[in-house]
Amino acid sequence: MKQKNNALVIAVSAVVLGLLAGAILMALIGSNPFEGYTYLFKGGLMSVERIGNSIATAITLILTGLSVAFAFKTGLFNIGAAGQMLMGGLCATMVALTVTAPRPILLLLILLAGFAGGAVWGAIPGYLKARFNVHEVVATIMMNWIAYWIVYYVVPAYFKGAYLETESRLIPVEASLKTSWLDSLFNGSYINIGIFVAILAVIIIQIILKKTTLGFELKAVGYNRDAAEYAGIKVNRNVILSMVIAGSLAGLAGATFYTGYASNIQIGVMPNQGFDGIAVALLGATEPWGVFVSALFFGLLHSGKGFMNAMTSIPPEISDTIIATIIYFTATSVLIGRVWSFLAKKRKRKEQEKVIDQTPTDASLEEDK
Amino acid sequence: MNIWQIISQIFPYAIILTMPLLITALGGLFSERSGVVNIGLEGLMVVGFFASAIVVKGLENIFPTAAIPIGLLAGVVAGALFSLLHAFASINLNANQIISGTAINMMAGALTVYLARTITGSGNIAIRIGVIRHTIPVLSKIPIIGPLFFTQTYWTTWIILLIVLVSWFLLYKTSFGLRLRACGEHPSSAASSGVNVYKMRYIGVMISGAFAGLGGSLILVTYSGEFNGTVAGLGFLSLAALIFGQWKPLGVLGATFFFGFAMTIANVSQVVPELAVIPPLILKVFPYVVTLLALVLFSKSSQAPKAVGQPYYPGQG
Repeated sequence: MKQKNNALVIAVSAVVLGLLAGAILMALIGSNPFEGYTYLFKGGLMSVERIGNSIATAITLILTGLSVAFAFKTGLFNIGAAGQMLMGGLCATMVALTVTAPRPILLLLILLAGFAGGAVWGAIPGYLKARFNVHEVVATIMMNWIAYWIVYYVVPAYFKGAYLETESRLIPVEASLKTSWLDSLFNGSYINIGIFVAILAVIIIQIILKKTTLGFELKAVGYNRDAAEYAGIKVNRNVILSMVIAGSLAGLAGATFYTGYASNIQIGVMPNQGFDGIAVALLGATEPWGVFVSALFFGLLHSGKGFMNAMTSIPPEISDTIIATIIYFTATSVLIGRVWSFLAKKRKRKEQEKVIDQTPTDASLEEDK
Repeated sequence: MNIWQIISQIFPYAIILTMPLLITALGGLFSERSGVVNIGLEGLMVVGFFASAIVVKGLENIFPTAAIPIGLLAGVVAGALFSLLHAFASINLNANQIISGTAINMMAGALTVYLARTITGSGNIAIRIGVIRHTIPVLSKIPIIGPLFFTQTYWTTWIILLIVLVSWFLLYKTSFGLRLRACGEHPSSAASSGVNVYKMRYIGVMISGAFAGLGGSLILVTYSGEFNGTVAGLGFLSLAALIFGQWKPLGVLGATFFFGFAMTIANVSQVVPELAVIPPLILKVFPYVVTLLALVLFSKSSQAPKAVGQPYYPGQG
């Protein structure tokens, strides 16, 4: 319980510090931070459509955040969510552009393709880690760039857009994750059925981690590899499995992003959402529900920045800067912890001094009665 | 066109592309040898890229001759200062160095574009001047190496190569180098022989920041001419080169040159019919695949510094 509170204190402190850094940056360029933040939050919340867009932005972040958080539980750092997202997105786009099938089946196939693409891209670093002890951070960075170049050459060669060489053809309406009823519910926002995929993923991951043997084993490997091995847990199998699941979550993020939020895949872009996922996972204390909440928050920051930029002279990159600052402060949570415990100690000492100062007199004893 | 002609034609370009990688990877070497993983190289390059663009743009009309050297220096200083964030987090606060490095990358990309937009309005900063190429008079007449190494060269290339040489000397022939490497291998032993581990690691990280900043500035003044907020993965490629070069200056020199050449071939393969047979995708992913293979091959005998990535707690054996 205490640990949970700690995580919450750190998360809230990091967010406050991040917002503070953002305010300083706004002031630095001569803008009014209060105005800036007002427009930023208005931009994400002031209409049903904008709320829909904030949620739509959060969908991708929930899934990449879950991906990073899940690998974390097994003691693995999945910095490759961006590449897994690209591969998942590419596979999903390929299915969306080539397969004709009844809509429910088609959408299922698209999501499966995204899932599979990401899973393969996670499996490779997982295997390299388990079999050859190749550090997963380096391996996933390499996999990111391999994915980047695969998309860069495959899309123009086989799925070139009608006008631009740098993007794929537009995905037909019946293959898009956007649906008319969500559209009308949120006044034509980007929101799509990816939100149900994301919520389902949060629930499933929560169940896997909390209620299954698999989850227990994965966490055991994360806490102490050697002890897990000694207890008869197949460490290598779990490492690979963890990366496969993490990869498939990021792959789903790609599918929902490129065939839901966007309507085609662009080349030459390393999706930021992959790295934002690290921030989401850390801020959410690598718990599925924490990921969900922090993804919504970051979704809001991202979705409001356009409006803020239109209404003030603050560049939209302020949101990314705030998120980066939040990651930095969660990384240096030791500092936050030290400051808090320092403050707590100071307060305690003061209270003690007070107690010493006010040695119980008859009057105060009277009052106590 | 025969192979020799092709090689001698693309060689100068390969060298130009290699230099930012080389200096950045060398910076990473100092950081990792002192025991601090720095995956923030990408971001530190962006910071140098940005700082030099601002300075060169500001000076190009007033001091056209001094603008570029001062711009490069600005990149170095900016990179070193920005790397302090990483140093503070990973050395003083025992933060997870991967997370801190990721934060550096994200912050650099966002912050520089934020500032660039405020300054220029578009987020891009274009400069009008660049380093001028020289063909060195006598040496360029030497057969084979003349056309390869001494024609159409930038003075910056020679400075980078000099820095590599000096770095090698510093790391292996001076007590400073021995101390720095000791901090990356066995910090407690280093501390017990009177080495200030914190100080050495700060120096390592700051050199990585300075060198990566220089790498970013080089991109600006040699081949890009415009700051656009990203170095498109060159920082990560440098990290790959550092691993592929097994954390040794000469290894890094070889690896970055190899990668630079592969990149050049990929870039020009469309216009050179002899090279068009190799799909550019293969050439582009080549460095990353090779690095993965190298990691597999060297997994038993990796030369990685033993304490790299681990926080140092004083008094712990």
